[in-house]
Amino acid sequence: MTAVFEQIFQVGFLAAIIRIATPLAFATLGEMFSERAGVLNLGIEGIILLSAMTGFTAASLSGSLWLGVLVAVLTGMLMGAVHALFTVALGLSQHVCGIGVTLFSSGLAYFLYRLIFGQQSVPPSIKGFKPVAIPLLSDIPILGPAVFSQFTLVYLAIIAVPLAAFVLYRTPWGLSVRMVGENPRAADSAGVSVIATRFQAVILGGALMGLAGAFLTMAQFNAFTFGVVSGRGWVAIALVVFGRWDPWRSAGAALLFAFVDALQLRMQASGLGHIPYEAFLMLPFIFTIVAMAFMSRNAVAPSALLKPFRREER
Amino acid sequence: MSAPLIEMRGITKSFGAVKANEAVDLSVAPGEILGLLGENGAGKTTLMNVLFGAYAPDAGDILVEGKPVAIRNSADALAAGIGMVHQHFHLAPRLTVLENLLIGIPGKSGRIDRAGGLARLAEIGRQHGLSLDPNLPVSALSVGEQQRLEIMKALFRGAKLLILDEPTAVLAPSEVDGLFAALRSMAGQGLGIIFISHKLNEVRALTHRCVVLRHGKVAGRVDDPANTTSAAMAELMCGHEIVPPTKAASAPGASVLTLDRISTAGHAGTPLRDVSLFVRSGEILGIAGVSGNGQRALADVISGMLPPRAGTMTITGKTVTQFAPRELQALGLGRIPEDRMTTGLVTNLPLADSMVLPRIGTKAFSRKGLLNPAAIRAFAEEQIKAYDIRCPGPMVRAGALSGGNLQKALLARELAFDPKVLIVSQPTRGLDIGAARFIHEKFLAMRAKGCGIIVIGEDLEELLMLSDRIAVMYEGRIAGTLSGAEATVAKLGLMMTGAGHTEKAA
Repeated sequence: MTAVFEQIFQVGFLAAIIRIATPLAFATLGEMFSERAGVLNLGIEGIILLSAMTGFTAASLSGSLWLGVLVAVLTGMLMGAVHALFTVALGLSQHVCGIGVTLFSSGLAYFLYRLIFGQQSVPPSIKGFKPVAIPLLSDIPILGPAVFSQFTLVYLAIIAVPLAAFVLYRTPWGLSVRMVGENPRAADSAGVSVIATRFQAVILGGALMGLAGAFLTMAQFNAFTFGVVSGRGWVAIALVVFGRWDPWRSAGAALLFAFVDALQLRMQASGLGHIPYEAFLMLPFIFTIVAMAFMSRNAVAPSALLKPFRREER
Repeated sequence: MSAPLIEMRGITKSFGAVKANEAVDLSVAPGEILGLLGENGAGKTTLMNVLFGAYAPDAGDILVEGKPVAIRNSADALAAGIGMVHQHFHLAPRLTVLENLLIGIPGKSGRIDRAGGLARLAEIGRQHGLSLDPNLPVSALSVGEQQRLEIMKALFRGAKLLILDEPTAVLAPSEVDGLFAALRSMAGQGLGIIFISHKLNEVRALTHRCVVLRHGKVAGRVDDPANTTSAAMAELMCGHEIVPPTKAASAPGASVLTLDRISTAGHAGTPLRDVSLFVRSGEILGIAGVSGNGQRALADVISGMLPPRAGTMTITGKTVTQFAPRELQALGLGRIPEDRMTTGLVTNLPLADSMVLPRIGTKAFSRKGLLNPAAIRAFAEEQIKAYDIRCPGPMVRAGALSGGNLQKALLARELAFDPKVLIVSQPTRGLDIGAARFIHEKFLAMRAKGCGIIVIGEDLEELLMLSDRIAVMYEGRIAGTLSGAEATVAKLGLMMTGAGHTEKAA
């Protein structure tokens, strides 16, 4: 048994957690901004997938990875704007529109991918981002190689967490986001445009979802496959609740999920071969369900979540 | 007096077929407190929402300090120096006092300007004597404090005109005095104030001038409210003289509802402890008490929503075995709940549906498990006519009706089925004189027909006027019962504080 543990807990394990957590952190922060403004974005799964595809395609055709990231972010923003158009401007059901956005985006991603790359026995790949070691910091034992010898997008995710907290809690715009998610009428009567604030929050959320997609196809897998997202968007929605709509807690939730996911990957690879690998694959999801059941009981959602805002309604 | 701060000319606004405002003129001078009077549904709130930019008027102009302005939204209104304290507060309960004040205020170098906000807050404190802990979440504030925060919000944005929509409806009497002192001080410093109310004594005590609305139009103006009688103003509001209802001598029959040593377990609010009481047919029993002394539990037990832990209840001679609203209703119980919006009716469904909801499964409204829409509609239409419920029709969303009209609808739905016992909580809270009088008359008519009525209320004047006997609740017990003849505000007030309670328990 000790051999198994030794095999699991190495430096590489910590690095794996960080890598797995990165797209989840982007996606979770993105969903959080949207929900703090009162808009549930169930389009997240599809938005990540479509961004992963467009980003990969742009990088593959142009040879520029950063152009790929930009295209992925723009794709996320565009799809965020589409979701906002239906749910914020037109006030339609957030559930239905979100699922619609996911179905549409996924279908579009598959269609465009086939159109551009055709059917190939081995999916085309690109040379993805290379880890960049940060001088000095990467020399710290254990933490250095695990955290500070990572992809640039990982560092971006690490910076995104305090930045999101700053924006949400310290800027007038962040206050407006929180206010339109709690009591849009109050924001409206204070002269804040509820519609504009919600649009901005959902679009910002889409940009972050785009980064999640970019990381998957340009840093983690360096190729696009139809299963590249495999439920990460849905997990992010759970992590937002688990993180109680707070940037720090949400990032913590992403790390925790990544820990369980990294653990199950190691367990698959370790000497526990007599257990079918599917059992390990289920672990992170079982963890999510159990964690949600116990931890989110007293989590309180933004009061105006799911509620469209119309002014002349009495 | 200087030029008017705000002038509204010929304001007209319709909602569908209902004309909420028609050619209304109104002006306020600096330092003036203007009373805006009217029954519920007379168009006061709509008029102010037009002024604050929440609704666009169909016609009419708004002038600020003599210059015409277009107020398309609340940002425009705030920029024009108009602040509004809504009847339902516009606050985010989970954000702090300071955050609620700073919403919509541009920051300093991209950040929320906390220091500037705190300085401005201190200035308002000095100028008007209004203060609150800036770091408390709004959910920790009392209703009176939340209202103060709303006023501070308006001042924070440099309001020159403050609109208060029925500000006293949510306040305790002692808080009302504090509010009036603050408003007088603000007017003294040159602010214009529009005070919306239907409580005539308050309007007479506070305002310099009044505009009375009726059916959306200006019904009259009062230039000297302090020296105008309430009766005269009430007549302007209602369009006819208000005569107090005549109460026939009581002739109680047999008991129609008896509670014998009822106790309840844990419940939102104070549980009941050994409560025994009875109501006879043709009698009104008032239940007085400071809110939160078990009135909620009492109403819930009697209406069948809270099964008691111990004790028995008898309705029209039958002992209640199953505490469920439908069973009790079948025994002849009618119920008008305290909170019209949450337990009274379904705000998002058509009014007609709410009016038949308690009896939806009966033969009158459904056949073989299918609804009979024609019968439902006919019933609602009949009641709308009989009770003068003002609404575009039976299929309108119930939530779109004003409080008084909702209360009439609830009363209609219960009284249409001739209850033997009626339990009502706070029957006229938030209603104007006309609507309250209407409700009182209906109660007295039911009493004459032999119905036993329990009225739970906080308004002692109302209880004294209606009741044949008054029981006082204190900490979940009946602290004592007085006959209508011997009860006075002073005696009841004393019993409500628990004085004499120990004597009773001994």
